[in-house]
Amino acid sequence: MARPGKVQAVWTQVWVHALVWLFVIFSVFPVLQVAGISLRPGDQLYSPDFELVPADATLEAYRAMFTEKPFFLWMRNSLIVSLGTALIGVALASLGGFALSRYRFSGRGAALQGILMTQMFPATMLLLPLYLMMRKFHLVDTLAGVMVAYVATALPFCIWTMKGYYDTIPVDLNEAALIDGCSPLQAFVRVTLPLSAPALVITALFSFMTGWSEFMVARVMLTSRELATLPLGLESLFTTYQTEWANYAAGSLLVSVPVVVLFLVLNRYLVSGLTLGSVKG
Amino acid sequence: MRLLRPENRLAFWFMLPAAVVLLGVVAYPFLYNVYVSLTNWNMYNFRNPELRGFMHYGRIFMEPDFYHIFFKTFAWTAINLVFHFTLGLGAALLLNRKLPGRNIYRALLILPWAVPQYISALTWRGMFNVEFGAINQLLAMIGVEPVAWFASEGAAFSAAVITNIWLGFPFIMVIALGGLQSIPQELYEAARIDGAGAGRRFFNITLPMLKPVLMPALVLGTIWTFNNLNVIWLVTDQGLPADKSHILVTYVYKAAFFYYRYGYAAAFSVFIFLVLVVIVRGYDRVSKQEAY
Repeated sequence: MARPGKVQAVWTQVWVHALVWLFVIFSVFPVLQVAGISLRPGDQLYSPDFELVPADATLEAYRAMFTEKPFFLWMRNSLIVSLGTALIGVALASLGGFALSRYRFSGRGAALQGILMTQMFPATMLLLPLYLMMRKFHLVDTLAGVMVAYVATALPFCIWTMKGYYDTIPVDLNEAALIDGCSPLQAFVRVTLPLSAPALVITALFSFMTGWSEFMVARVMLTSRELATLPLGLESLFTTYQTEWANYAAGSLLVSVPVVVLFLVLNRYLVSGLTLGSVKG
Repeated sequence: MRLLRPENRLAFWFMLPAAVVLLGVVAYPFLYNVYVSLTNWNMYNFRNPELRGFMHYGRIFMEPDFYHIFFKTFAWTAINLVFHFTLGLGAALLLNRKLPGRNIYRALLILPWAVPQYISALTWRGMFNVEFGAINQLLAMIGVEPVAWFASEGAAFSAAVITNIWLGFPFIMVIALGGLQSIPQELYEAARIDGAGAGRRFFNITLPMLKPVLMPALVLGTIWTFNNLNVIWLVTDQGLPADKSHILVTYVYKAAFFYYRYGYAAAFSVFIFLVLVVIVRGYDRVSKQEAY
């Protein structure tokens, strides 16, 4: 016979698992739903009965995405924009965050407040003036133009994350390097930066995602078909005559897979790197 | 100037690139909006708008729907945050236990965050479809009548809230997990020796220790939820039923890009900005008072 304490422990385990599974079902269900739709043959898109995997599942929609739609072109454009955004975002945020974390210059408080305030104005209203400005610099309808907009979108959160993480690294390490004869720049690159890997990963991931899934700015700025990014490409499946639901679902899944894989691979860093600094700094 | 003191010179150069981007792409368009908000720029005088002072600001408060939309935005923000924090914290506490396969669970629970937002929003819109949506089909299985999700204001609002809860809880979960892992285990052991139950350990150790990581998340979450255009816009298909499901940002978006009332929309955006400044100030006050 089991001891009472052990019985209780078993019950706790049962409860914990039940709750975790509720969470899992809630999280995963919509994704499975999309996967199910992507496998439906054309005549079953509107099915009044609930079924996760359709009766005559087919990969037709995936074939159509790869062969009939310029999916690889959209993917290429999105990769250029997102990788560019990630690269510039990491560079600017790792520098700016370090200055805000380690130096006490005048205007520092205002800068921290200002970074938070950038999030408070409805972002879409910035579109119109941004468009006029980009036109002046001949950046409308270029991938570089949207990249600039995305860097600015992702930057506040990234700077904040970097600053928060630097705050947790003991200053002594940096100072030891200075005593050993490093210049401040060398100390930053050789000591602080390598220690900040988790936060750098978060920053890169977040900037990448900004570029990968942004739609409103892209729609206004990119008018050439050859420059369409994935979100624009997916939108083009909603034609005036009919919505290509199976294609859209297949496309959605294909678009989500790379980001999901990134999240899974970087899962470990995600928890340790996301240290938001305090609001006031 | 202290900024250019020799020891701060590096800070200046480090800040410069980020500052240039943010000033150019955010601050300049913001100021431009403030200017536009003082003009009568709209569809009829598109070419030659004139300065009209604070006309539009007065008009905001005269809008018959204004108070309704204003309070609904607060309700939207509050309801979402309550669920984001309870679910996010709850999931984090579960996953912080010694659980077989917890890395897999954690990966699965992050999914809503990893899927691009517009895809999720459109997927949920499809799931709320009266006839073909999964939600009603599942409800039918347990004998519930189909709900016309986009026929009434309340149902459409609920649909958007459910979608946004789904989207937002993993962010809080990840932040809370990071915070939980940095709480020294000795605190719990000491509390257990002193005979503190699970509830007291949670409220006297876990929550206070998580406060430094959860407070910034609360501030950011408030701002992001308050200004969340995508979810309401996409889930309710631009404000179904008949522009009844708007919160402040979607209302502004429609005014600017569908009715071309630029001056009015710009004034409204400045108003939203000021509301958020006041809210964040309020948080500052509260968290400071608690410190004493």
